Amino acid sequence: MNNANVASAIVFNIQRYSIHDGPGIRTTIFMKGCPLDCWWCHNPESRDRKAAIFMFADRCIGCETCLKVCPEDVAEPLDWNPAGLADPLKCTLCGTCADQCPTDARTIVGNAYDVDALMREIDKDQVFYDESGGGVTFSGGDPLGSRQNAAFLISCLQACGERGYHRAVDTAGFTTSQTIQAVAPLTDLFLYDLKLLDDERHRKYVGVSNQTILDNLRVLSDLDANIWIRVPLIPGINDDQANMEATADFVASLDRPSYPVYLLPYHRIGSDKHRHFKEGYRLKDLDPPSKEQIVRAAEPFLARNLKVIDGNGDE
Amino acid sequence: MNERVRRLREQSVQARPRISAERAQLLTQFYRANEGKHSVPVLRAMAFRYLCEHKTIYIGEEELIVGERGPQPSVTPTFPELTCHSIEDLQILNSREKTSYGVPPEAINAYRDEVIPYWRGRSIRDRVFPLLPDSWHDAYEAGVFTEFMEQRAPGHTVADGKLYTKGLVDFQREISESLSCLDYLNDTEAFEKREQLTAMTIAADAAILFAKRHAVLARELAEQSTDPTRKAELERIATVCDHVPENAPRNFYEALQAYWFYHLGVITELNGWDSFNPGHLDHHLWPFYQRELASGTLDRDSAKELLECWWVKFNNHPAPPKVGVTAAESGTYTDFANINLGGIRRDGSDAVNDVSYLLLEVIDEMHVLQPSNNIQLSRKNPDRFVKAAAKVIRKGYGFPSVFNADGVVEQLLRQGKSVEDAREGGTSGCVESGAFGKEAYVLTGYFNLVKILELTLHNGFDPRTKKQLGPTTGDPRSFTTFDELFSAWQQQVDHFAELKLKGNYIFEQMYARNAPAPFLSVITDDCIRKGKDYNAGGARYNTSYIQGVGIGSLSDCFAAIDMHVYQNQTVSMDELLAQLSRDFDGGEKLRQTLLNKTPKYGNDCDEVDRIMVRCFDAFFQSIDGRPNSRGGEYHIDMLPTTCHVYFGAVTGASPDGRRAGMPLSEGISPVQGADRIGPTAVFKSAAKMDHVKTGGTLLNMKFSPDLLKGDQGIEHMTHLIRSYFKMDSHHVQFNVVDVELLRKAQANPESHRDLIVRVAGYSDYFCDLSKALQDEIIARTEHESF
Repeated sequence: MNNANVASAIVFNIQRYSIHDGPGIRTTIFMKGCPLDCWWCHNPESRDRKAAIFMFADRCIGCETCLKVCPEDVAEPLDWNPAGLADPLKCTLCGTCADQCPTDARTIVGNAYDVDALMREIDKDQVFYDESGGGVTFSGGDPLGSRQNAAFLISCLQACGERGYHRAVDTAGFTTSQTIQAVAPLTDLFLYDLKLLDDERHRKYVGVSNQTILDNLRVLSDLDANIWIRVPLIPGINDDQANMEATADFVASLDRPSYPVYLLPYHRIGSDKHRHFKEGYRLKDLDPPSKEQIVRAAEPFLARNLKVIDGNGDE
Repeated sequence: MNERVRRLREQSVQARPRISAERAQLLTQFYRANEGKHSVPVLRAMAFRYLCEHKTIYIGEEELIVGERGPQPSVTPTFPELTCHSIEDLQILNSREKTSYGVPPEAINAYRDEVIPYWRGRSIRDRVFPLLPDSWHDAYEAGVFTEFMEQRAPGHTVADGKLYTKGLVDFQREISESLSCLDYLNDTEAFEKREQLTAMTIAADAAILFAKRHAVLARELAEQSTDPTRKAELERIATVCDHVPENAPRNFYEALQAYWFYHLGVITELNGWDSFNPGHLDHHLWPFYQRELASGTLDRDSAKELLECWWVKFNNHPAPPKVGVTAAESGTYTDFANINLGGIRRDGSDAVNDVSYLLLEVIDEMHVLQPSNNIQLSRKNPDRFVKAAAKVIRKGYGFPSVFNADGVVEQLLRQGKSVEDAREGGTSGCVESGAFGKEAYVLTGYFNLVKILELTLHNGFDPRTKKQLGPTTGDPRSFTTFDELFSAWQQQVDHFAELKLKGNYIFEQMYARNAPAPFLSVITDDCIRKGKDYNAGGARYNTSYIQGVGIGSLSDCFAAIDMHVYQNQTVSMDELLAQLSRDFDGGEKLRQTLLNKTPKYGNDCDEVDRIMVRCFDAFFQSIDGRPNSRGGEYHIDMLPTTCHVYFGAVTGASPDGRRAGMPLSEGISPVQGADRIGPTAVFKSAAKMDHVKTGGTLLNMKFSPDLLKGDQGIEHMTHLIRSYFKMDSHHVQFNVVDVELLRKAQANPESHRDLIVRVAGYSDYFCDLSKALQDEIIARTEHESF
């Protein structure tokens, strides 16, 4: 893979003081672009590889700046048109409206970073990484979700390695085996998502087959990578006993079955984000799992002597 | 906590603070009979002795540690010689909604018939105001600065370890030696020194006498008592009070009681800011604790009981209330005694010991407003210590706050203290650094950095009071560069700093000459050796502080002007000024641009943080190192207590998009809600200030409890604190509450009376705060993790 070709990637959020994505105090880099299409996705803005415009209707004061500055004549105040765009197809995502909007009711999501620029942001919290044993987590979207992302990721991981930062990669693993093998030696920890073991259901709710994902996890395990398995618990979609048993079986069958399994209860933040984003949400009115549901989901793992941690950090 | 402590605590928490005129009456009687017969120091000392002889003394039913400032717990005396309440003041105190003080009719009568007729025109406050120039009054009334000593005596005084190895008789021996060394042949000040030293001896006698009166009362009560257990306790109290503070304490019990008598002495003699403070309590108690635990005369539980009985005494002392306009608006019962735990010893070694952990348990169990407490965290202190403190902080009482012990040492060294004295230093009041037992470090007033920008933007004119307050530094419309504006602001700062310093000179000298503190001088090095009073430069170190307020708001204002007027030319200076004067009426688009399209301090953004550093440096240059009237120097602090609310109220709309009258940013915290990148970015921004050049900075962080849950939460808090201190910063305090709860408490105060929140350098009952301050605390950014 030629790193020189991919000097940049689109990053849609740099989350500092991130304390749930690996050890210590971390900075999590959210890269745009994800080949999956999970129904419950809580970062809907992250799927597309390009930038996007977010709209916050409650911030709009109707000053009409967007109307005046839009070169394509498509932007207009949100109280005129809740969808925000008169003709979304004409929008070129030039970002002028977001730049000029005084209240940030229009916000451009996704900025291009080259490795140096991103490292400058990452370096800002170096003192906290040193003190806490923290570092950087690359998330998304999916940092391995495209060849471009993966190439950019590798350059960043090398730069972080030179600085001695702990490096984590949060991925769904839907990539080539070569990419996985290239990233593995540069990564101190994988946060690896497992959603559904039944391939048919996986195709339905995630949009792709799970075969590559399972194979890549095995590749990582064979490479003796350090892995946290993360299972989102989506009531009615993947929290059934059969899926939990199958997932636990799979984890237990890996070379190092000592990987901790994090159960991440579904939360509704995603539905709020979808409101600001020009897409509907397919999981309306879904309640987060109850304490009992989480405990039940954990049972198959515990029965196989796997370490289970719920998303709130409680073992 | 045992049943006894539970009951004592309950009494203290439930009591409504009241005012007693007893001290005022006694003092008036004494002055009527004696004024003019003695030199000022001797007269003051005799007045103190008169109070110790005649004031009502109190021993509560189950108390083990005894002595009250007023005739009873929660009853505060007044200090008419400093500031004399009017009948109207007393009525306001009695009836105001927040932090009221019960004023009995007999106190009103005493004030009307005896106190006011004598002290009106004689109090320091009445005498000092006419001495100040009109320009000082104008700036003061406009809210450019405040003055600490217009209501209370110079203070911020903290005890060191000598109170535990010496008794007052030992100090008196030193006084005699000093007296015998006076050189009447060559020293032109010998007479003054003799009077000062004589006054110190009288004051020491007075405190001994006061303690012995408690011994007598305890014996009387013991005789009357039919309960053999209580009888024995009272006899023990009598023995202790007979021995200390006359002599050095012999055990843990006597050490606590001895401190308490010193405390009462200092706060009865005068009404200094921040009452008095035992400093490094865990260092001082450790030798007694260790010895007695080994010999079997004390166990951990009884030590804790004694500590808790002692702890509650602080909470029995609501701060003596202020007079004048501030009587209506000012509000806290806390008197700012601030106990230090941890840190390092004089020899630089780790000072954390078992008593430190015991005291953290006391703080946790007692959960009372006073005394304030903090940990001095050195890199030498174990993580176990900061984690134990973090577990208490997490509960959301706002205690203890956390200071960088190594940073404090560095600050004090920079100011010229010896390394041992610096290490024995720590924090008092809110966040102020000082060399304990050896320094008179006097806070003189808050300084409104944002108001001065407002004046600069009006060529020295104040739109609110309609007066030309500052020099004419130019019409800002004529400035073509940001630097021109900045240098105009700097000239205004220099002007008002000098005005403030001139005023301070008069205040300091009024106290030095008319309100010496002979008792405090006995226990502050080197007053005895120099034969000089604490208020006149007798201490080894004599510092005056001016506290800068609003650096976050100021930086955002300058950043907004720089970006929108000079760089991008989004708006002209003329238009900006017009909008500010209209409080953005019809200018919401501009206001939103200023709020959202400008880099804000607190986000680790160099562009604006550099401006913060530049503002800080200018303020520092203006004040640091200037001589004060007591032979020491001026330094700066960056803390507001609650003054950012008052300063905001007198400052018009500002270029950062803040509306007229809204609070300024507090301490060195970012503008409320302006920090959007989380706690690490706030810490990074704040640490770009050179904290070592200050005598204290205040940073408030608010965390919701779920961020600090479990062992992980404690780990993260520990890492954040250690990282911030690695960057040589000074202090951080954590508000651990959620907004939901605060809103509930605001709506329904009755069921949330015990909700304590960190305000600014101290904690207070949320329901006692004004609506404006409550709103502000709610608005402070809640650092949520996603």
